[in-house]
Amino acid sequence: MTLFFAILFYLAFAILIAGLAYKIYDFARTPAPLSIPTTPAPTTRPGVAFRMAREVVLFESLFKGNLWIWLFGWMFHMGLFLVLVRHLRYFVADVPAWLLFVQPFGKYAGFMMVAGLGGLWARRFLVERIRYISTPSDHLWLAMLLVIGLTGLGMTFLMHTDIVAVKAFFLGLMSFDIQALPAHPGLFIHLLLVALLMILFPFSKLLHAPGVFFSPTRNQADNPRETRHLAPWAAQIEKN
Amino acid sequence: MAAPEFEIPKFREFPTVPAMVPGAMAHSKPYVANEKIQEALGFQGKLDEDWQVTHDKVIGKFGELLGKYRSLKVFMDSCVHCGSCTDKCHYFIGTNDPKNMPVARQELMRSIYRRYFTLPGKIAPKLVGARDLTKEVLDEWFSYFWQCSECRRCSVFCPYGIDTAEVTMAARHILDSVGYGQKYSNEILGKVNKIGNNLGLPGPALEDTLLGLEEDVKDDTGVDVKYPLDVQGAEVLLVTPSADFFAEPHIESLIGYGKVFHAAGISWTLSSYASEAGNFGLFNGDYNMMRKVAMRIREQALELGVKRIVVGECGHAWRVAYAFWNTLTGLGAGGDDPFAVELQKQLDPKYKQPSHICEFTWDLIQQGRLKFDKEANDSRIITFHDSCNVARASRMGDYAGGQFDIPRNIIKAVANKFVDMDEATIRETTFCCGGGGGVLTDDLLELRVKGAFPRMEALQHVVDKHGVNFMATICAICKAQFTKVLPYYGFNMRLVGGVHQLVSTAIRLGDEQ
Ligand code: HEM
Ligand code: HEM
Ligand code: SF4
Ligand code: SF4
Repeated sequence: MTLFFAILFYLAFAILIAGLAYKIYDFARTPAPLSIPTTPAPTTRPGVAFRMAREVVLFESLFKGNLWIWLFGWMFHMGLFLVLVRHLRYFVADVPAWLLFVQPFGKYAGFMMVAGLGGLWARRFLVERIRYISTPSDHLWLAMLLVIGLTGLGMTFLMHTDIVAVKAFFLGLMSFDIQALPAHPGLFIHLLLVALLMILFPFSKLLHAPGVFFSPTRNQADNPRETRHLAPWAAQIEKN
Repeated sequence: MAAPEFEIPKFREFPTVPAMVPGAMAHSKPYVANEKIQEALGFQGKLDEDWQVTHDKVIGKFGELLGKYRSLKVFMDSCVHCGSCTDKCHYFIGTNDPKNMPVARQELMRSIYRRYFTLPGKIAPKLVGARDLTKEVLDEWFSYFWQCSECRRCSVFCPYGIDTAEVTMAARHILDSVGYGQKYSNEILGKVNKIGNNLGLPGPALEDTLLGLEEDVKDDTGVDVKYPLDVQGAEVLLVTPSADFFAEPHIESLIGYGKVFHAAGISWTLSSYASEAGNFGLFNGDYNMMRKVAMRIREQALELGVKRIVVGECGHAWRVAYAFWNTLTGLGAGGDDPFAVELQKQLDPKYKQPSHICEFTWDLIQQGRLKFDKEANDSRIITFHDSCNVARASRMGDYAGGQFDIPRNIIKAVANKFVDMDEATIRETTFCCGGGGGVLTDDLLELRVKGAFPRMEALQHVVDKHGVNFMATICAICKAQFTKVLPYYGFNMRLVGGVHQLVSTAIRLGDEQ
């Protein structure tokens, strides 16, 4: 089992990083040939950074669009964020003070995350319009994240695992010195699905995470009077 | 008005989201452009006989666009099917057809993207909602991508700013290139390329019209207000939608622009070569076409030696002028070909280029150079319909949101009675008139009437509550669309008009005896 997970995580990590790097490169190299921010839009770069921060941290547009989705979505993502921060302790040898400080928050954020996921999933069944646009993969994502969350919570509150050994395993992976992974069914499911998530990330709708930063309607400043937005392929047309 | 062959949506007591009626608008299709129209624009004349050839061309073009437009690529990848946009499109609200939900409209294209351009779509299409490109899919594109007015309302509410308009443009661009163009838009593009305006009015006809206008205004006011054409060395070149030259109520605004120039004592001219502010190249997402249409204006500005370019009341024209002209033609800062440099020297650096006629008029009002008899508008209780392309795709003035305030400021400066419609239906969340983006044609009448529904509902509220009898707007398409559809909802078609129509009514020409 230990060896299986070791190989799996090396593989998953490689695919995640390579896949995401490629996708980000791909987004970045594709030109945005026209100025298309959704207006009213900030007219300066700092203004745009502020708008983007509001989108990423507060989900501002979603808030304007639908309060229920916003509520569940925000619960899920904030919970996820805190949980992931808390997970950092498995990957750093000496846990810094601030990371110790967030541990209890992360512990309960797991509930927030799971509740948010539950709400989002319920909407996929209950709201006609959202049922219509849901694909099987949308359901599977939610199911997968829910199982990851529930097995995690199970380990935290019900059936503990040896987290010191888990930490040794991952630190070991990072220094190519493979340590035994504790045998725990909850942990196996948790890690299996996490690896799957990492593998699928760069090929799926999870690309919304890098995507939002590249969305021209949100990341462009409203400055066409001052700046030309000539794309290389468009400049080529001018030469003809 | 003949009895319509379709049901007109009923106003709702409470604005609840409508129940879906799958397939409700599957029959809606504009006329297909014939070979002559297509070929005049350099597009393939008609679909290839062999489906496989079309299939490969579509995928090839799709791939090309994915490499050229970051918007398309990011939008194809990023949607999580959250549902925030699902109830935001006026066509969904008016038709109940779920494929008119913005995300579902995108999905018509995204399903193909997944199948041909992503790994999961190649391996497990069913799982991720991918499907093969078939003739039926292409027909569906032709139907539903011509049920989008590219109004961008959905993009306001999407957490990633996914703009269905960009997707629609890409789809139409592909359809054009494989010989499946839309008659109305492509016919118009042909006219503007050949003659200089969307209506195909030749120079002499324009001249006649303008002379007639001068007489009318003289009869009306006793003042010699000029409507000059092709005047070398005028200070301002006014580029306005060609509908302003003859359509009602558009022409009332043209009269208003002339009065503003007259009262301020600023020399100006229209151009017969560049007699169109509208640019249907935008609707088809075709950069080249859009550039070609825009170039006419740069050429004329150079030739006439004007110092300023002002754009008349037209929504998408203003988007193209404000946001794209500079990029397309080097008409603003940063253009570096010899002609762009020449043009910059000639244009007055004090003014933003180009200016919207509302910016121009509001500027003059603030400087105290225009005087009004506001009472002249007292018979009107006015509301303002924000046009999508002005509201969500451009700006006026020096700050974000100036495009909402400046037209309202003008109205308040020239009239006493103004009320806004429901907050959720104006400014950046304004509803499209239902006729924008290249669907302003009688073969799409059902779509237009149903698409106007949310706006009509909001209008009904202020009519009931405040007795509104004039809905001002600054878009030629909105004016034409409302004139046509208002009667279907029991309103007088003359309820719609331009902001400069109001200006025209109240302005003091300065030389009255
Ligand atoms: C920059 C970081 C991110 C931002 C700004 C962001 C934003 C959003 C927003 C606004 C939504 C729509 C609302 C909702 O359904 O929750 C969403 C959905 C979703 N996000 Fe993220 N997200 C980010 C990172 C992530 C990451 C790292 C994951 C992976 C675990 C993730 C997984 C999901 C999933 C699965 C959905 C769909 C939920 C559903 O089915 O309704 N997101 N995201
Ligand atoms: C390699 C990566 C990961 C490892 C090694 C890991 C391991 C663990 C372990 C050992 C626990 C139990 C903690 C305890 O007993 O106190 C846990 C809890 C949890 N995990 Fe993970 N996990 C990983 C990734 C993830 C991811 C990606 C998510 C979310 C999508 C997640 C969500 C949770 C949640 C919600 C909990 C319960 C709350 C908490 O204790 O923080 N885990 N995880
Ligand atoms: S751009 Fe406008 S018309 Fe098109 S889908 Fe979005 S809301 Fe509907
Ligand atoms: S709001 Fe954006 S992410 Fe959500 S379903 Fe619509 S297009 Fe997709």
